[in-house]
Amino acid sequence: MINHEMNLVEDWNNLEKRPMRDGYGEAMVEMARKNTKVVVLIADLLESLKLDEFKKEFPERLIEVGIQEQNMMGLAAGMALSGKIPFVNSFACFSPGRNWEQLRISVCLTKNNVKVIGGHAGFGNGTDGANQQSFEDMAITRVLPNMIVLAPADYEQIKKAVWRVMALDGPVYMRMTKPAREGMTTRTTPFEIGKAQVFREGKDISVFACGSMVYEAMLAAKELAGTVEVEVINVHTIKPLDTEAVVKSARKTGKVVTAEEHSIIGGLGSAVAEVLGENYPVPMRRVGMRDTFGESGEPEELMKKYGLTKNEIIKEIKILVNKNE
Amino acid sequence: MEVKANEIRAEVIKMLVEAGTGHPAGALGSADFWTLLYLGGLIKINPQDPWNEDRDRVVLSAGHYCPVLYAVLAEAGFFPKEELSSLRKIDSRLQGHPVARMLPGIENSSGTLGQGISVAVGMALAARMDKKKHRVICFMGDGEQNEGQVWEAYMSVAKYKLSNLTIVIDRNNIQIDGHTEDVMPLEPLEEKLKAFGFAVIEVDGHNMEEIEKAMNRAKVTFEKPTAIVLHTIPGKNVDFMENDYAWHGRAPGMGETVQALMELHKLRTLDGKIIND
Repeated sequence: MINHEMNLVEDWNNLEKRPMRDGYGEAMVEMARKNTKVVVLIADLLESLKLDEFKKEFPERLIEVGIQEQNMMGLAAGMALSGKIPFVNSFACFSPGRNWEQLRISVCLTKNNVKVIGGHAGFGNGTDGANQQSFEDMAITRVLPNMIVLAPADYEQIKKAVWRVMALDGPVYMRMTKPAREGMTTRTTPFEIGKAQVFREGKDISVFACGSMVYEAMLAAKELAGTVEVEVINVHTIKPLDTEAVVKSARKTGKVVTAEEHSIIGGLGSAVAEVLGENYPVPMRRVGMRDTFGESGEPEELMKKYGLTKNEIIKEIKILVNKNE
Repeated sequence: MEVKANEIRAEVIKMLVEAGTGHPAGALGSADFWTLLYLGGLIKINPQDPWNEDRDRVVLSAGHYCPVLYAVLAEAGFFPKEELSSLRKIDSRLQGHPVARMLPGIENSSGTLGQGISVAVGMALAARMDKKKHRVICFMGDGEQNEGQVWEAYMSVAKYKLSNLTIVIDRNNIQIDGHTEDVMPLEPLEEKLKAFGFAVIEVDGHNMEEIEKAMNRAKVTFEKPTAIVLHTIPGKNVDFMENDYAWHGRAPGMGETVQALMELHKLRTLDGKIIND
């Protein structure tokens, strides 16, 4: 049953598809108008991150570093130490992929106020092949002390997240996937960093999902409705994980599936397993990249081939449900 | 000021022997520069108000030089001198490699090389955006120039013509594995820096007058950023350490410490002619 407290879109048969980065680009401009401390650093990917409007309106607050991810992170650190609120932008595979060590020392070590935005995460750069895809970014940021890690679910949620990210004092990593996907949340859907959201209530099994996989989880739940009542929780904050919400739902259903467009090692699946392992162990399955690299192909094709769809979630749900019977 | 620099050197030796580990060669070699910078009025700082937003920023990019920075900061009054003996010990603010803002006067975290220069560029950019008049001084090692990030940063310095930034490179010709020109050659360094858009000044890093002149020239050079190449002798004024790369990252033992301190004492008192402390 849809949780009406979330004010999700009413008509699930006609969801509007919009790319997360559109919401990001729009929110950055709105935010920069309100807060003069906000600056943007970009490594030769201005349009990919939808920052062209920002550049038009605030040319003096946009630092184009060219193809220099490491230097970009350091510049941002120096600007943050001077009172700015820098947003560091690139594809997730390059940032935090290529500049992780700068993130570790110049940013995280002293909780320096730098925001890292990883675009085209997961299979975003589908046809570009494995080297432009990113399934490790949440793992490598989650392990850094002082870091907050976000993977919002859709266009509207990204817009809200950007404001919260700005208001928070300290380092944040936020990932976005590329394709235009179904918008589930509305302007009035609540959003709070660190607070997981029950999108659909159910008693038989919990599915914790983030990013693009939230919609897949909702589809899976809808398809199984009547036979298995699936609880779907949008875990947009991977760190700090909403331990209370995870344990509460696991206690209610006794079975857990996680779903993410990321490696099953180190991301949401790992985070949930860690919490449940310590607090309330229940049978659990993880949907995600199974310790493998991607390859060239359209994102949708790749999602199917590597098992990142509702079908895989349904399969894992059935394994757990049948085991129990 | 030369006498003061040798006092700082003696402090560094005492800190390192107390800590049992650390990097003496660069710290001793650059002591003249650091002493003049902090105690010779070359920068706008206030130990009583260490984070004043109009202060000059001194960014130590080569973090392993920190004992000498800690010593001059304490001497300038940023924190009590008694704290120097806590270097590298548990619960100390004097970390083996500096951590930003952990101690008054420490602007950035460094130790993994090549990062400080980017942070300094970010500070210079922010200062320009805010129309601030303060300067940013970034101190680097010569071995550090091996890092690709350093050259990325130089490109961005040139792009934004950051004349409010001065970089100082300690050209002591050594790094951990040997002489810089054997490990990973840097020469022709001056030409490289010029090609990257810097006004380059080469100075004898043990000549206070030359250092002061170069720093003052950097302040009034507005058309491009300035790079000062400080030619120094690693381990300067401790005979058995001078020019020996083995002392890059090794603390002196007890006997060596006594000998080093005696040599420095002799220099400080000009063979006992000035004052006997």
